[in-house]
Parts: sequence; structure tokens; C-alpha cells
Amino acid sequence: MTSIFEGKLMPSVLPRRFLRPAALFTGTALVVSLAACASSEDASTAPTPSATASSAATVEAGVLGVRDPWVKAADEGMTAAFATLVNDSDTDVTITGAATDVSPMELHEMAMTDGKMVMRAKQDGVVIKAKSEYKLEPGGDHLMLMDLAKPVRAGDELSFTLTFADGRSQTFRAVAKPFAGAQESYAPGHGEPMPDMSTSPSPAP
Amino acid sequence: MSPTGRPVSRRGLLTGGALAAGGTVVGAATVAATRSEPAGRPPERTPVAGVGEAVEPFHGVRQAGIVNEPQAHAAFVAFTLRPGSDRASLGRLLRLLSDDAARLTQGRPALADTEPELGLLPARLTVTFGFGPGLYAAAGLDDRRPPSVVDLPPFRIDRLQPRWSGGDLLVQICADDPITVAHAQRVLVKDSRPFATVRWVQQGFRRAAGAEPDRTQRNLFGQLDGTANPKPGTPVETAVWIADGPDWLRDGTTLVVRRISMNLEAWDLLGRTDRELAVGRRLDSGAPLTGTREHDEPDFAALGPDGLTVIPDFSHLTRAHVTDDRFRILRRPYNYDGVPAADGTADSGLIFAAYQADIATQFLPIQRRLAEQDLLNEWTTPIGSAVFAVPPGCPEGGWVGQQLLD
Repeated sequence: MTSIFEGKLMPSVLPRRFLRPAALFTGTALVVSLAACASSEDASTAPTPSATASSAATVEAGVLGVRDPWVKAADEGMTAAFATLVNDSDTDVTITGAATDVSPMELHEMAMTDGKMVMRAKQDGVVIKAKSEYKLEPGGDHLMLMDLAKPVRAGDELSFTLTFADGRSQTFRAVAKPFAGAQESYAPGHGEPMPDMSTSPSPAP
Repeated sequence: MSPTGRPVSRRGLLTGGALAAGGTVVGAATVAATRSEPAGRPPERTPVAGVGEAVEPFHGVRQAGIVNEPQAHAAFVAFTLRPGSDRASLGRLLRLLSDDAARLTQGRPALADTEPELGLLPARLTVTFGFGPGLYAAAGLDDRRPPSVVDLPPFRIDRLQPRWSGGDLLVQICADDPITVAHAQRVLVKDSRPFATVRWVQQGFRRAAGAEPDRTQRNLFGQLDGTANPKPGTPVETAVWIADGPDWLRDGTTLVVRRISMNLEAWDLLGRTDRELAVGRRLDSGAPLTGTREHDEPDFAALGPDGLTVIPDFSHLTRAHVTDDRFRILRRPYNYDGVPAADGTADSGLIFAAYQADIATQFLPIQRRLAEQDLLNEWTTPIGSAVFAVPPGCPEGGWVGQQLLD
């Protein structure tokens, strides 16, 4: 098989089995990174340890509990933020937007399209069911920072604001971690692949 | 043992919590249900030995991993700060590393842990941070460096190698399980990458957890090692902890890490009597040659039938002997055992880790006496040396080094 993206989007470490037919992308308005799809596949098969009682202590008060928030450090371009969102209430909660000072943001989800997992902007918002948890994780759904105005350095703390369908909003802080995975690349509205994001964190400061 | 007492099992904590929340009846019922399970039925959960779940506290006034019972496995990881490091970048680094340590030591995966299953068994994991002279310089805070935290003066016996010496930041990782140590090391090294490079790593071991509880460890010469340590309580308080001063010093300590190569080939040439004369102690019990039990006071004046002192003047015991707790050091050594050469020559020795409130008044006088004349020098060679200030601990929500750098 051949892909026009092969050798451009694909990190060299990615096994062949993650290659997708080019047909998947033809005519897709929101083209997604193969890396993101691939690592999602990995994540879905890996066991996820359940949260311990002590980690629940980090949940912040608000519309949702925000457990273990973090953002991937990056010098420029795109990056992503992750957390476990906890809805302890009896009603579903819909997130309609996310914002931070350093970048425009989008809500991204992984979804089945034509039998394939693809990453796409979640235009109608993210619904977190009553009494349930919603994981934002590398290779899965995430809060995408689309275009960094300045570097997000390892150890920086960023403030994020979630807005909800009912007009409420909530702010939380997330620390930046050096992280080689989570190489979500995304080209909104057109098919041009973004340059591969560097896998090695750059030196401080 | 730590001042907080015995390490707690995480399972014990959880059970205790359930009892508190649900009342004793529920707890009792749980126990009964477990016992009434038919024999031969496979357990639903893989049983975990207490050693895996045991937890040492991370948060506190003082750092862990110093006065607690030494764990079976250790990795000493020294870093060189990248050029351009400053007070702010060091703050970011230590926030990240403190958070990793706070989670992993309590049996929780690190934030963004790529192998979260490896973070679930802490096995008394402790992560202890030390600051080398270079860290104070990078932070522009050399005036806050404890004066004795500076490269040791050269000693006649030294054959120091750069690959085992120096370091701007030290992370001492100890646990009773080697996989736990390996995972913690991996997490901490990954989070350090934007800030620092790995300068050296020394991995060592003692007896397995529970193999010989509450006993002085043996080095690979077969000697009991650490008999003269200050005893728990006031002696340790006096010897190890900095009692006053500004908040970035108080409740801290200092650490000297020396890599001591032990020449097992030459040691093999000695008979048992000569070995005991070199140390000044019996090999089996660790008792001084004038006594019968390990902790008997040595009698340096006692004469043998030949008119010579029973304990030779140049024995290790004589040269290292300190009576005043203010001048003792806390030895917390680990053995290392590399791969023998093709001809069988051993690469074995000791990661000699010594904690003391002040290097100049406690460590150096002992080291000078040993360097001048210690029969053991014939068979041991220092090949690495590094010194670190060990800052105080941090409360929950804080980070190690905050008092110094924030």
C-alpha cells in the first residue's frame, strides 16, 4: 500500500501495522495524525489502573472534578492537555469550549468513522455523563492547543478554562510534562500534514 | 527506623479507612467472608506480599530515605545541569520531580506515567534529593550553600574517576523491590531531561527485605558494615540533622557519596586472622577483638600476650572510632557487584553513602584518619566522590528545595 503521508506524518518508530490506507483520508475535512490513531489503539488494549483513594484528593471543586491534569511541553506549534474529568452530579454535563492564554484551543475526540478511529474536532461539545468519569489521555480524547504563542516549558503551570453548555465555566491549572508520546498532529480544514513534532524535549530554560 | 515508626502497609491503610467509614461490623464481615471461601478456589486478586505494599511517607519536615531502615535496593543518580539553568528552571525541575516522588512513593503512578502498572507497588520507596555545589551556583545562591558542601580535599588513597564523581543534583532512590527502583529512576530521568543530563548512576543492594531484619548489613568482604552508626533517638538527631539556621538549611543534612572499589583478589590472599586484625573486629559477630558482641565497647588499651594491643593501632576500627555523637556519621552504604573480568577479577565494592549535619566537622576528620593510616586501605580504593546538601522535606502541595529556590 502507499500513502501520501508515509514518511511525512509517520514517526519513524511507528510499526507498519499502524499504517492506514490513503483512501481513509481522501475527502476527509479534518485530517488526523496517524500517530494519534495508533497510540489510541495501544491505549485501548492496555489495562488502566483504577484511581486510588489518595489521588482523588487532587480533584478540584467546580462543575467537574479535574483529576491529574497535565499538558505536554512543547516549544511551538501544537500540543495537548489531558486530565480525568469527574462528573459527580446527577445530570450530564456538556463542555462546549476550552481556552488558555497561550494558544487557541479545540476539543478533540477520537471517533469511529467508516470503521476507523480518527481524531476530529468535537463541534457539539463533549458530554460527560452523570456519575461518570471522562478520560482525556494521549492517543485518546484531549484538549488541543492549536498554535502556541510561546513555548510551554516543562514544569510550567498553565491555566485552562472550560465552558459549559449551560453557560457556566471552570478554571483549572495543569503542569507541563516532558512527554515523547501524544504526537497529535492536526491540520484543520485542509489536508496538509503538519511537520512532525519533535520527540525529544528541548533543553531548559 | 524513621521517627514516624514502622512503615505502613497500604492495604492496612485502606482497611483502616474502610473500618472508620463503614464501622467495625463491615470489616469483620469482610474478614469472615475471605476465610469462608472454599479451599482450592483461585483467588480473584493476585496476592501481594506486605513488602510490595509497604509505604514510607514522602511529605514531612525532613526528607525520607535517610534515617529509615535502609531498603534492599538503591540507585544513586547524579545529574549535570544544562547550561543556562537558573533559579526559575530549577524550580520547575524540582516541582516535577517532587510530584513524581510524592506519587510513586505512595504507590500511585506518576503524572503521565507511561507504565502506570509499575507505579503501584512502592515497596517502601523513598526518593531523596541532594544539591551539589553547582546547583547553588546555577541558582545564583552560592551564599546559601552550606560551607562544607564542596568537593572533598584530595586524599593520598584516592584514585577518583570523573565517571563516578561530582554532580549538581543527586536523586537517591531506594526501595525493597528492584523493579520499583528501576521505574522510579526511569520516571525521574525522563522528567529531568529538559533540565539536566545524567552524570553517573550507581546501583547497589543490601540483603533482601526481611532476610535479616534489624541487623547491620554485610559488605562483600564479609564484614558487618555500619556498626558504629549513631543510635536512634538523640544520637541520630545530633549527628544527622541541621538543628538551626534559615529554613532552607534547618532539618536538612549533608551527604557524601564515595565509590569504594574493594579488591577481592588481594583480600583472598589474607587469612581469617589477618582479616580480623585489619578491621579490628571479628568477622562472624562484628564484635571488637576485645569483646564478644557487636556493640561491645572496644578496649583499645588491652594488651595481648605478645605485649601489643589486641586491636591494632592501624585497624579500621581504631582509625574510624568516634565516641561523641556530635562527630559521628550515619553510614547508609550499598554494595555494588559488577561483571567480573574474563580472568574472574571481581568488580565489587561499596557505594559509601554517609549522612551528617556537617561534612567538615564530622566526615572529614574520620576520612583524614582513615586516609593516613588504615590497614583496610591495602584492599580498598576510593574511585568516586561527590558531596551534596540535602535540603529539608516539603509539606503536601510543596516541593523539595522550595525554601531555597522559590
